[in-house]
Amino acid sequence: MRTICFYFQVHQPYRLKPYRFFDIGEDHHYWDDFLNRSVMRRVAQKCYLPMNALLLDLINKYEGGFKVTFSMSGTFMDQMESYAPDVLESFQKLVTTGHVELLNETYGHSLASLKSKSEFQNMVRNHQEKIKKLFNGYEPKVFRNTELIYSDQIGAMIAEMGFEATLTEGAKHILGWKSPNYVYCNNIEPKLKVLLKNFQLSDDIAFRFGNKTWADYPLTTDKFVKWINNVPQAEEVINLFMDYETFGEHQWAETGIFEFMKHLPEAVFKHTNYGFSTPSEVVAKVPPIGKIHVPTPISWADEERDLTAWLGNDLQDEAFGKLYELEKMVNQIDDEEIKRDWTYLQTSDHFYYMCTKFFSDGDIHSYFSPYDSPYDAFINYMNVLSDFILRLKEKIKGQEAEA
Amino acid sequence: MKVLMFGWEFPPHISGGLGTACYGLVKGMVHHNQEVIFVVPKLWGDEEPMADFVNASDISIDYREKRFKSIWKNLTYLEVSSFLVPYLGPEEYKKFTDYAIHDRTDVDESIFSTKYEFSGKYGKNLMEEVSRYALTGAQIARDRNDFDIIHAHDWLSFPAGIAAKEISGKPLVAHVHATEFDRSGESVNKPVYEIERAGMHAADHVCAVSQLTKNTIVKKYGVPAHKVSVLHNAVLDASIIKSTYNKKVPEKIVTFLGRITFQKGPEYFVEAAKKVLDRDPNVRFVMAGSGDLLNRMIDRVAELRIADRFHFTGFLKGDDVDHMYAISDVYVMPSVSEPFGISPLEAVRHNTPVIISKQSGVAEVLDNAIKVDFWDIDAMADATFALLHYEGISKMFKELGTEELKKLKWEHVAAKLVTVYQNILAEKS
Repeated sequence: MRTICFYFQVHQPYRLKPYRFFDIGEDHHYWDDFLNRSVMRRVAQKCYLPMNALLLDLINKYEGGFKVTFSMSGTFMDQMESYAPDVLESFQKLVTTGHVELLNETYGHSLASLKSKSEFQNMVRNHQEKIKKLFNGYEPKVFRNTELIYSDQIGAMIAEMGFEATLTEGAKHILGWKSPNYVYCNNIEPKLKVLLKNFQLSDDIAFRFGNKTWADYPLTTDKFVKWINNVPQAEEVINLFMDYETFGEHQWAETGIFEFMKHLPEAVFKHTNYGFSTPSEVVAKVPPIGKIHVPTPISWADEERDLTAWLGNDLQDEAFGKLYELEKMVNQIDDEEIKRDWTYLQTSDHFYYMCTKFFSDGDIHSYFSPYDSPYDAFINYMNVLSDFILRLKEKIKGQEAEA
Repeated sequence: MKVLMFGWEFPPHISGGLGTACYGLVKGMVHHNQEVIFVVPKLWGDEEPMADFVNASDISIDYREKRFKSIWKNLTYLEVSSFLVPYLGPEEYKKFTDYAIHDRTDVDESIFSTKYEFSGKYGKNLMEEVSRYALTGAQIARDRNDFDIIHAHDWLSFPAGIAAKEISGKPLVAHVHATEFDRSGESVNKPVYEIERAGMHAADHVCAVSQLTKNTIVKKYGVPAHKVSVLHNAVLDASIIKSTYNKKVPEKIVTFLGRITFQKGPEYFVEAAKKVLDRDPNVRFVMAGSGDLLNRMIDRVAELRIADRFHFTGFLKGDDVDHMYAISDVYVMPSVSEPFGISPLEAVRHNTPVIISKQSGVAEVLDNAIKVDFWDIDAMADATFALLHYEGISKMFKELGTEELKKLKWEHVAAKLVTVYQNILAEKS
């Protein structure tokens, strides 16, 4: 039997408050608690709570025939604990069914894999601990890197940490004539399996669902079932990877997205030879068809499927470079608040807000940014970072004085 | 003596340096017992009652006055020629302007309604307001005959000054606080230039805020040098400001404060900062203000990889301006073209040593400051480094600079202006 693998990314960054030059050296609280809380509450009402309830119903209805996978960033889990314990409870219920898989990622939803192996490993371990703590000792077996960023080298790092599989984008420029609907393995460490996102079908749901100018609007379960039946029989896995906030937040309830999901499993069971699996089930069942060669990093963002949403312009490179210069200093300091701020400052969203690509994908960038312009985002971030650097230096001086 | 003065703004409602300079000058005039009728497009009612204020928005125009029509026609010509038909050949141009003047009765009617509510700002109806202000000037000059001389500040009020002179026959002084070349570099706005030029040539005498500005007036506007007097600006209060605001960072701070535009030379400050930081990373540079070059400056700072040492505050107002001066160890004004430039004097009042460009009027009155060419980023970096590290020189500048400030008084400026008036009147009679 062929299979559909649903994976949902659940993430919220800690957004910075407006932090002025005059605050440097004085104000050490960087986070916009009010904004972060209100976003969390809004998305909880519009997406997390209703969608979790819907998924729980489906899992119960099909007694395990239907299953899904989540990856939750550490910054999301921290905010869930602070602002939305009701959401935490509903996720815990889902995991308890045994038909929900959780993935491991970096705690801070960071881009550390591109810069520092030690920091990357650190972030992965912290995330593991957090999952264990919140979900009754759960131990993830599959890894997903921030923004599905992947390369041969990153894959090798993931394999070294003992993971069976990882997820990434089925980017056209790496696949060429190949299909994303197979299991592949890493080019350096073949024991690491690689699942590729079918971006056509994923984005039909995640991006195009409510778009009335789309030729295939409205997307119905009949139509979707027809499309997956058109996939050649030899192709066994369809990976539908998307942001969890697709449901109710990016695609409002009024678009009918909840109805679509509610009826999709039934249509799949009735009219196709597909079932549903989680990533670790897929790699246990389906043998890899070959190596996938990814010499330079890819991601799931924008038309280019590269890193340019977060890195590449001077604002981003300057901020990113200055941030990771601090790793050594941070590691010398034993202080919970420093460690927390260091983690939250690494979140990819901060660099995403500094993106100046105004062509093609500029719209989606500005939609997600709390800033008026990438320049505002940069200034605010650098002001905060300047204060953070001062704190690091002071702490180190203090520790040296004690010793 | 009684002066009929035309301004564009007056404290406390000001958006630029013009209002502050007018305030200082009027105050100086009052000190010498001179009477001033001060006209502004819009009065707010909370101005200090130091002059006989006239609110142009309250003036009713008597549109039966034939001479006003001819004044208006001249102004219409200016307006039409500048904004509607930029690319016509000379012949078409004449046809078009003739047509426009006779045809635009709609404008005539609205503009000749008896009263006109000025915004007194620098908005998109600026040209219309400037024109209407001229009519108001003519009306005031016709209604009252109790003044000896007319004095107009900057191009916005030059048409009013010209009109008042035409109606009353009294001599006109055109006061230039900034020229279009300072504001726009070589890409001047033609109609503004034309108004400036017309005002300077119609005037019996021109006052310039610096020798630098006088040179521009002579060279670019063709005014004979003997017709131009230099009247440097002064400070209202030369006392030292003791701020209780404390710096929160351990590093020394070097500050640029002003509009981030071509005229102010912000890019030279950025390049000099890089040079200083290469030698001494324990310095913070701050660019305070906003303007059309802000994003380009941010890009450059990021590209130079100095963003953890170079900060942008955005536009500062109120106490923040004082705080910024107070925590600065060096103040830099790298203006490409600055008719005067009052901000370094504010820095001196905060006991902050200053580096100013030789292309600024203030360089002519402030001896105890380091002066560099705006483009000389090496000299700017050297001077910054010296003021940060060599206690002796910064201490000397602090002490001598504050002494110097005490000599820059508006009553001295006003005394000089009275002499200018007397000479004009003597020539006339």
